[in-house]
Amino acid sequence: MSLFFIVALPFFGALLPGLMNAAGRSATAGVTFTVTLAAFIGLLTNLPAILAGEVVMARIDWMPTLGLNFTLMLDGLGFFFALLILGIGLLIIAYARQYLSRDDHMGEFFTYLLLFQGAMVGIVLSDNILLLLIFWELTSLSSFLLIGYWKHLPEGRQGARMALTVTGMGGLAMIGGMLILGQIVGSYDLSVILQNRELIQADPLYVPALILILLGCFTKSAQFPFHFWLPHAMAAPTPVSAYLHSATMVKAGIFLMARMWPVLSGTTEWFVIVTTAGLVTMVLGAVIALFKHDLKALLAFSTVSHLGLITMLLGTGTAFGAMAAVFHILNHATFKAALFMSAGIIDHEAHTRDIRRLGGLRTLMPITFMIVSLAALSMAGIPLLNGFLSKEMMLEEANHTVLFNNPWFVPVLATIGSLFSAAYCFRLIGHVFFGPVRDDYPAKPHDPGAGLWLPPALLIIPVVVIGVAPFLAEPFVRLVTSAVLGNAAEMPSAHLKIWHGLVPALYMSIIAVLGGLVMLAIFKPALRLWEGTPRPEAKVIFEAIVEGAVKLAKVLILPLHNGAFTRYAAIGTITIVGAGYYAWTTGTVGLPTYTVQKADPVLISGWGMLVAATIGMVFLHRNRFLSLILMGIVGLMVSIGFVFLSAPDLAMTQFTVEVVTIILLLLALNFLPNATPIESSVLRRMRDAGVAIAGGLASFAIAYHYMLRDPVSASISEFHLANSYKGGGGTNVVNVILVDFRGFDTFGEIIVLSIAALLIYALTETLLRGPVGARLLNRKPDQPQAGGVHPMMMVVLTRGIMPVVMMVGFYIFLSGHNEPGGGFIAGLIVSIGVVMQYMASGFAWTSARLKYPYHGVIGAGVLVAGFTGIGSWFVDKPFLTSDFTYVRIPPFEKFELATAALFDLGVFLSVVGAVMLSLESFSRLARRAETPESLHPMDIDPSRDDPKPVVEGA
Amino acid sequence: MELLLASAIGIMTAAGIYLVLRLRTFPVILGISLLTYAVNVFLFTSGRVAIGAPPVLRDNVTTYTDPLPQALVLTAIVISFGMTAVVVMIGLGAFLGSNDDHVDDQPETSDDLSEGQS
Repeated sequence: MSLFFIVALPFFGALLPGLMNAAGRSATAGVTFTVTLAAFIGLLTNLPAILAGEVVMARIDWMPTLGLNFTLMLDGLGFFFALLILGIGLLIIAYARQYLSRDDHMGEFFTYLLLFQGAMVGIVLSDNILLLLIFWELTSLSSFLLIGYWKHLPEGRQGARMALTVTGMGGLAMIGGMLILGQIVGSYDLSVILQNRELIQADPLYVPALILILLGCFTKSAQFPFHFWLPHAMAAPTPVSAYLHSATMVKAGIFLMARMWPVLSGTTEWFVIVTTAGLVTMVLGAVIALFKHDLKALLAFSTVSHLGLITMLLGTGTAFGAMAAVFHILNHATFKAALFMSAGIIDHEAHTRDIRRLGGLRTLMPITFMIVSLAALSMAGIPLLNGFLSKEMMLEEANHTVLFNNPWFVPVLATIGSLFSAAYCFRLIGHVFFGPVRDDYPAKPHDPGAGLWLPPALLIIPVVVIGVAPFLAEPFVRLVTSAVLGNAAEMPSAHLKIWHGLVPALYMSIIAVLGGLVMLAIFKPALRLWEGTPRPEAKVIFEAIVEGAVKLAKVLILPLHNGAFTRYAAIGTITIVGAGYYAWTTGTVGLPTYTVQKADPVLISGWGMLVAATIGMVFLHRNRFLSLILMGIVGLMVSIGFVFLSAPDLAMTQFTVEVVTIILLLLALNFLPNATPIESSVLRRMRDAGVAIAGGLASFAIAYHYMLRDPVSASISEFHLANSYKGGGGTNVVNVILVDFRGFDTFGEIIVLSIAALLIYALTETLLRGPVGARLLNRKPDQPQAGGVHPMMMVVLTRGIMPVVMMVGFYIFLSGHNEPGGGFIAGLIVSIGVVMQYMASGFAWTSARLKYPYHGVIGAGVLVAGFTGIGSWFVDKPFLTSDFTYVRIPPFEKFELATAALFDLGVFLSVVGAVMLSLESFSRLARRAETPESLHPMDIDPSRDDPKPVVEGA
Repeated sequence: MELLLASAIGIMTAAGIYLVLRLRTFPVILGISLLTYAVNVFLFTSGRVAIGAPPVLRDNVTTYTDPLPQALVLTAIVISFGMTAVVVMIGLGAFLGSNDDHVDDQPETSDDLSEGQS
């Protein structure tokens, strides 16, 4: 199966559980299982190629100029991790079906799980590091959803937030590191980067890149000092813990270190940082784990410890270390997933995970006892189980590792880590399953149904099989190791076997196991000592840092953001003017290249009216109705200016928009107070006037200088003028730009307009449904109402005008390609025609005669425009490629048919729909206020028998 | 002519800013509309202005004004209608919901009026 499908399946599959939720819990789990199984089988179909040593590639160019391509690569390492992710995923899904209770929303859970699974598979199959970063962030986000799945638990929310903060910050650091790496190599493709070891390690930016990438890996894989988030993430449901913390999420950091191993490892920096972090994490995690009473917390810290072990092995930079790391990743995934699921079983059956309240479960839960014992003994490093083999290899490697010039340092710490590791494993078995049977369990424990114990039991099979016959796993481990090593190191000659002879590692192992038993024997005094020792509590520190950051943000933001919009506006204006002034004084201004044109008397008189109306608005703005009339004058003068200055299309648009805007504002003014009271002091007004004059002078200066000088670079307009007729088939260049050259922009613009209209509709609906709607119903108009709301003359006149308006609109629409006009203007004209009917004949009368709802008109417009664009795909052209031809039907003249006209139809429809929906929404508010509404168009109609009496003011 | 246009832009901008700085929603909306005019005219003039040279291709005519700013401004005019409508709706909804058409957050207590109504 193509690699794309393997990555895409979980993402697309994530839609299904949500949809299937109503079909029942088993169906939901079943569909999730099927999706994962399909991806799993798809992965296995690539096995022959992997075994043959090939690297499977798949590539789609996404943004090639940025170096961001959708490139996937499957080699031994990727296959190994994908196998763990999907294979253990299958078991987890089966387990979760039984584990989640009826109150849990199963569709939601499995959707998150599949999203997470897809992101993880994406990480391990990415060949492009930018793509890898995207998937990396996706795992942080989806694990946030999974950890916080039980939203009602504060620990769940806090744990999820902490995990997101820590891994998200690490992810940010890693983006920086990866970008540096890409800059050094000149490619973002992993396959290229991995070939450039010398180049990268010689670069002065190697150390910063290394530290940033390691920050990402350490946060994700919970390495010291970022280990604290992992135990808090245990508030998640157990299937999530088992999945995230055994095979997937925390292994992502390990995976990346292994992936980058050929180019990053082998230097002193890598060795010191990675080995030290791993070693400290291993010992610290093991010590803390021993003294945890919560089963899942114990397992969480043991995971931290084992991740440290793997990190340390990768840090040594030797081929043998890498091989041991790969082997331990495999072994750890098997026994740890089994242990997490078993902890969930105990919690599920005994209703507690507290070790102090358990004990004696050996006879009550024999199957669980068997599973836990085998897995825990493997973790402790007991021979004939797989954990023993990789732990021996680790101790062997530790024995040869010299850190800080001290040959004892690493072996001793590694032995101590193993000792505590063995101790907590023994405690897990001893304190939970041995001892007397108690009679105070919160619930009577017994073995669960097979649905719960079978998934962990299946994982025990590899634990035992590999432990007894390690040569079975050897070819696979070697295959993966060779993928890790790349060209950087030779394959180690060592073999996986149980007996290596009387080597130091064996003695270290024996010390660890015996020491572990001693620790268990002296556990009580040790625990008292541990509890008596003061320790920094990571959560408290973390919360303190978060709180400090919030406080700092408040100190910075609250004085600036006090809810006074006018203040922001003033500050913003001053800042913009100041920045412009700075640019002006520090930059250079060229000489004018255009001559000043003579002012026409018409222009001067128009200017005079515009300025008078504008200044009038400032001084008379308290009278709202008057200022609206003045605004109409300003708009008209602007439209006339457009006519005068060779922009007929703009003039028509401005003119028609002016009409609908004034109607809209009148509708709004119907509800708002009629006057603005004097509130601000003289000083405040002076200040505002100062700000306003500064802004006005600035825009005057820039406009004046701009108009008289050439643009900095050559304009692209020449191209449009030259190709409008040849390429677009229209002589009106403005219209051709709108529907052809920049059709995609226009498509976006009609969508924005449509969204604005739908937003207005939605706001109106909300207002009418809430308490405002009730208030509107009881509202008394504050002005006396006109006697004849719908005068007969106006009704008759608008009826007659309507066909004319439609004809004008039709003409403007059709001629738009060659003469001024087009879809926008035609849409506005037709809207005005319809609005006239509303105004003259009343809302109810007009609505009753409209066949199509405006939402539908908007949608039809966007769809027509969109399908016109898609149509060009069928002839293998890019989106919105236009075509035109000339047709002649006798006896008519030759005329043009263009696909652009179809697109313009879409523009027309969405403009009509959007304008009408906005205005209709406003009038619906008014309609609720002034009941009853007559269905008759005229208040006085001579043809009616019983004319309705005129209602005098209310 | 350029001086007239530039001064019209400047005056409309100044009036627009002054109205935007008022305390009630309606003058603010009027101010935004004025600023829209100013910005549209400014964008339009960025193609330099000419009289009697519309960008509609004709035989035997060689001078045309720049069509590109016109196309941009045309959609800007239509979209600014949509945006004005949304702003008006929000202002109206706020007024109907709280019977108060102040733009700024109003202080909770009457003792604290100094900040909001300076």
